[in-house]
Amino acid sequence: MTIRLYVPKDACAIACGADEVAAAIEAAALKRRVPVEIVRTGSRGMLWLEPLVEVGTAEGRIGYGPVSADDVEALVEAGLFEGGAHELRIGRPEDHPFMARQTRLTFARCGIVDPASYSDYCAMGGYKGLERALALGPVEIIEEVRKSGLRGRGGAGFPTAIKWKTVADAKADRKYIVCNADEGDSGTFADRMIMEGDPFQLIEGMTIAGIAVGATKGFVYTRSEYPHAIWAMQKAIDIARAHGMLGVNIAGSQYSFDMEVRMGAGAYVCGEETALLDSLEGGRGTVRAKPPLPAHKGLFQKPTVINNVLSLVAVPHILADGAQKYADFGMGRSRGTMPIQIAGNVKHGGLFETAFGIPLGELINDIGGGTASGRPVKAAQVGGPLGAYVPPWQFDLPFDYEAFAAKDALIGHGGIVVFDETADMAKMARFAMEFCAAESCGKCTPCRIGSTRGMELMDRIMRRERLDANIAVLTDLCHTMKLGSLCALGGFTPYPVMSALTHFPEDFGVTPRKLEAAE
Amino acid sequence: MPHYEPWSEARAREVINELVHLEGPLMPMLHAIQETFGYVPEPVVPMLAETLNQSRAEIHGVVTFYHDFRHEPAGRHVLKLCRAEACQAAGGDALADHAEQRLGCKLGETTADGRVTVEPIYCLGLCATAPSAMLDGRIVARLTERRLDNLIAEAQS
Repeated sequence: MTIRLYVPKDACAIACGADEVAAAIEAAALKRRVPVEIVRTGSRGMLWLEPLVEVGTAEGRIGYGPVSADDVEALVEAGLFEGGAHELRIGRPEDHPFMARQTRLTFARCGIVDPASYSDYCAMGGYKGLERALALGPVEIIEEVRKSGLRGRGGAGFPTAIKWKTVADAKADRKYIVCNADEGDSGTFADRMIMEGDPFQLIEGMTIAGIAVGATKGFVYTRSEYPHAIWAMQKAIDIARAHGMLGVNIAGSQYSFDMEVRMGAGAYVCGEETALLDSLEGGRGTVRAKPPLPAHKGLFQKPTVINNVLSLVAVPHILADGAQKYADFGMGRSRGTMPIQIAGNVKHGGLFETAFGIPLGELINDIGGGTASGRPVKAAQVGGPLGAYVPPWQFDLPFDYEAFAAKDALIGHGGIVVFDETADMAKMARFAMEFCAAESCGKCTPCRIGSTRGMELMDRIMRRERLDANIAVLTDLCHTMKLGSLCALGGFTPYPVMSALTHFPEDFGVTPRKLEAAE
Repeated sequence: MPHYEPWSEARAREVINELVHLEGPLMPMLHAIQETFGYVPEPVVPMLAETLNQSRAEIHGVVTFYHDFRHEPAGRHVLKLCRAEACQAAGGDALADHAEQRLGCKLGETTADGRVTVEPIYCLGLCATAPSAMLDGRIVARLTERRLDNLIAEAQS
């Protein structure tokens, strides 16, 4: 009987040697004349265990990780093909505490299915959402999304249904669905994992959006830094088209929808939705002033839904299982689940999907296992380069849009980057300004000039020159950038800077008491 | 090691013409040109301007806006080191210093012998297994000084 093995082809697994491991398993099986089939899946999200090899047994799939190519011979000797004992054996991946504690909706299939298999996707509930969407029709689809309480997962948390309704109500000869997959935040990789591990889900979500608002064309705009995701997404689009799930009269219905993958070119600001639209059109990725909203005048001046990957992939679940079931997860106005990404200097980094409301400290210390270096945690940056540095004494903060906003922080795209005590927070504040200066689109002055002045100020502060005066100017500059910038790049760069200064004044050479006096 | 074609106006025309049917074709065209020649040669700018009925200044503005587009060929190998926060938290600063020292050039520069271009990159999305690097499109995570030395040796060979 052919033994079925599963080796991820997620970029993270490949970067940790998964291709070499797959080749070594094949060679070891050939040597022993054991017939094996190696299925290349996405990643389960337990990234510290990558490459995580699984073998199909009578008790289900048994995992081993992290496996290196050098381990393979010993593993096979120990009975890898039968799920035998070995120090790398973790048992059934779904029983692992990291997995068992999650609520997986968006990531239910990721790491289990072959991302290029249409039948795998359908066998695990795929296209059930589209089926119901086709039965409901546009008005009811939007009503379901509204009832689910789904908010944009890109960072702003804007209610998805309102965007959709605006586009649906707009009159135009052509409308677009644009998926923002320009996942540039450090510490985030959920979009990448979905595109590599379960790309049909994004196709299904975009198709439903298209039906809901009357759009016939979709674009996935993603990053040149994500070649594996582009490849996987492209392949899935071709397969979906071959199955009649994209193109004219999808699934035999009256609706038509097709899509393309487009690649950015290393500009972080293109993750901002209007800059992304300009880039898609073939221009510099500069931010547009709003209004007009993209929902009225978006891509090529046509009404456009622009949603994050994670928002769009939540849609098939909402439709398939009903809005109420989705809305039952979460807290306050943050409904449903959030795929949280735990990264940086952390022991158990990975993708943890859970209902909103989980305390930050539980994610970092309990689930993440604290720092990889073993030193105490100094801070965690939540929400990417524009997110605040949260100190351990605020780790009781629940993962919720409003709770974070109340503490001058943001959850953004759900990335958490953990830093240990060796981190110099003044240096991190300087980096925030430097990054903003490098990535500013240049359209508005507070961001374009402010970031460079901020960098210079940080240099002076780090040299301890006229400390009080320079910190006062820095604080004032941050205030101007926050209120005067056109988009979140200039507007949120003050978050990491000011949170670093507020919580770790000693790294800036001032005592906490002195800082209060300066304010 | 990537193989690029020598500059040829006819070839550039061919690459451009293959993509004119797209909606918003400029970015795909620039990527295709760079994939063909290894950089975006200056003579392409007026060709694109004419094809898309835009001014040269507009095309130039787009080419220079994006970090990815090269204005001259890179070294034979390109080593990109992730310099974003997650990799910094996991020791990326020391690795970047080490690479600069070993190669004798700064991030963003090419070694004197033209073999290696070393560049910063802001996030490969491998943040849970940081620090990360990319050598000619091949991604490597859990980078250590020893692994970096191996990559550098490979690039220099």
